[in-house]
Amino acid sequence: MKIVACIKQVPDTEAEVKWDIPGGTLKRDAMDSVTNPFDEFALEEALLTRENNDGDIIAISMGPEKAMDVLRNSLALTVNEVHLCSDAAFAGSDTFATATVLAAAIKKIGDVDVVFCGKQSTDGNTGVVGAVLASILGFSQLTFVSKIRSIDAAGKKIVVERAIEGGNEVVEAKLPAVLSVIKGINEPRLPNLMGIRKASKMEIPQWSAADLGVDAGKVGKAGSSTRVVELTVPPPRGAGEILKGEIEDIANMLTDKLIDMKVIK
Amino acid sequence: MANDVWVYIEHRDGQVTPTSFELLGIGKTLADSLGSNVCGFVIGEGVDAIAKEAGSYGATKVYAVDAGVFKGFRADAYSKAAAFMLDKYKPEIALFRSTSQGMDVAAASAAQLGFGLCSDTIGLAIDGGKLKMTRAAFGGSYMVSVVNEKAVPQIATVRPKAFAMPAQDASKSAEVLKESFVIDEASLNTKVLEFIKSAVAVNLVEADIIVSGGRGLGSADGFTLLKDLAEVIGGGVGASRAAVDSGWMTVEQQVGQTGKTVKPKIYIACGISGAIQHLAGMRTSDCIVAINKDPDAPIFKAATFGIVGDYKEVVPKLIEKFKGKLGK
Repeated sequence: MKIVACIKQVPDTEAEVKWDIPGGTLKRDAMDSVTNPFDEFALEEALLTRENNDGDIIAISMGPEKAMDVLRNSLALTVNEVHLCSDAAFAGSDTFATATVLAAAIKKIGDVDVVFCGKQSTDGNTGVVGAVLASILGFSQLTFVSKIRSIDAAGKKIVVERAIEGGNEVVEAKLPAVLSVIKGINEPRLPNLMGIRKASKMEIPQWSAADLGVDAGKVGKAGSSTRVVELTVPPPRGAGEILKGEIEDIANMLTDKLIDMKVIK
Repeated sequence: MANDVWVYIEHRDGQVTPTSFELLGIGKTLADSLGSNVCGFVIGEGVDAIAKEAGSYGATKVYAVDAGVFKGFRADAYSKAAAFMLDKYKPEIALFRSTSQGMDVAAASAAQLGFGLCSDTIGLAIDGGKLKMTRAAFGGSYMVSVVNEKAVPQIATVRPKAFAMPAQDASKSAEVLKESFVIDEASLNTKVLEFIKSAVAVNLVEADIIVSGGRGLGSADGFTLLKDLAEVIGGGVGASRAAVDSGWMTVEQQVGQTGKTVKPKIYIACGISGAIQHLAGMRTSDCIVAINKDPDAPIFKAATFGIVGDYKEVVPKLIEKFKGKLGK
């Protein structure tokens, strides 16, 4: 099987966010970064799929040179191959432009059976790149995947569970497919020391817009129909009232206040 | 009309809830700004009753694709039908709820039309004739406003409960326009085999009241008390990442950056310290109650009402008082 894992580098949640104002884009180079937490589940599912079905894993990422770090981490986890899609022309890509670049990379890899993405990124939080990618490629679109029940590589079929509102939907789909996975699908492993050492010496191949054969006008800022026009920091939630006194009185006070809101019936 | 605002009416196997019509309210506001009409669009089999109900929530017209192949939701079938209708009528704006189904159809139909979209918006307004879409980034630490300059329609998914439910008026009705669009079953990629109902009774994203627990509960047993409180006040039970990762609660109940984003009217956080990752998932709740032993816990900075104390003492007292006052 040919398995692709799409990995994004995101700023560490605890890190100070640095924006390019007024451009509305992130200064990704200037921030502490990590692998997008949801992509760790995608990568782990790719590793499990390889263990159960044989095959190769190709991890890809789109981003600045710094994003090599997350691909190096993927290499340490023993993926077979990595490619960084990096080009000044990709900067400022919206979800459609991002998926366009990833789709071109997946076409270049060729004969891919299954693509894993995380449900969403923790920086942009858009949660649609996996679905858009499936649509561009014409692959089966399987979102919110919480379990892979079976893969029939020869028969080109996959059965998954999707965690949607109210329960789990069991879906059979044709391969190739793009799966976006949720937390809980697995427990991501950590790379071991040997893996880290080996990965530290490996070269990270890069693909430019020209390498991928994508028209620079169709990606990046130029190819994105959506544009950030305003960036604001919401006012902090004012600290409220600390209820003090005997527990009996506090409980009385609080239940009165909450009942007064007329939400509790 | 070309500058109409369309609202996707979501259902599951023909079943709707009032929230299926939630966006007709903001849709009408936007249509009024544009001097146009709010319309519904629905895909399924036997959708006349749904179309009629959409009229009672304010849709002036409802466009429908109605055929057997669309009986149950499938992303590929529904997004092709949606893209067909959006391309044919080219409304100015198309709104979908940020649910699993809404996101699937919005993303795939936008991609088929060749445009980007803006997902999980919480603010929508017409600015200079264009839709200004405001959304949270970095778990709500920043608000980003986006316009979609080239796309027709401008597609947005909207976070549940971001806008008020429209009032229902049974005397109002919509004109239903059926589109003859079908797809050959053989050309579809997916087949739904079964649906396994969750044991969790309340969908936290739609819940008005949530009682949530974190590491401070000390063990899975602590959630028994929280469940009792939730039952008395008619709420759902949530959990922080720490509680989920400890195996005390299911992932389905996790609130926060890697869990659900919720917006209840009342959020009661017990033994939750209030890490930025947790706040990301619940900071827009109307009223936050924090119960924590540690007076320095960051959760108190976000709380409407704070109680410094042990949940084991506070929660039973709250249950007792609620039961008395609510006559339960």
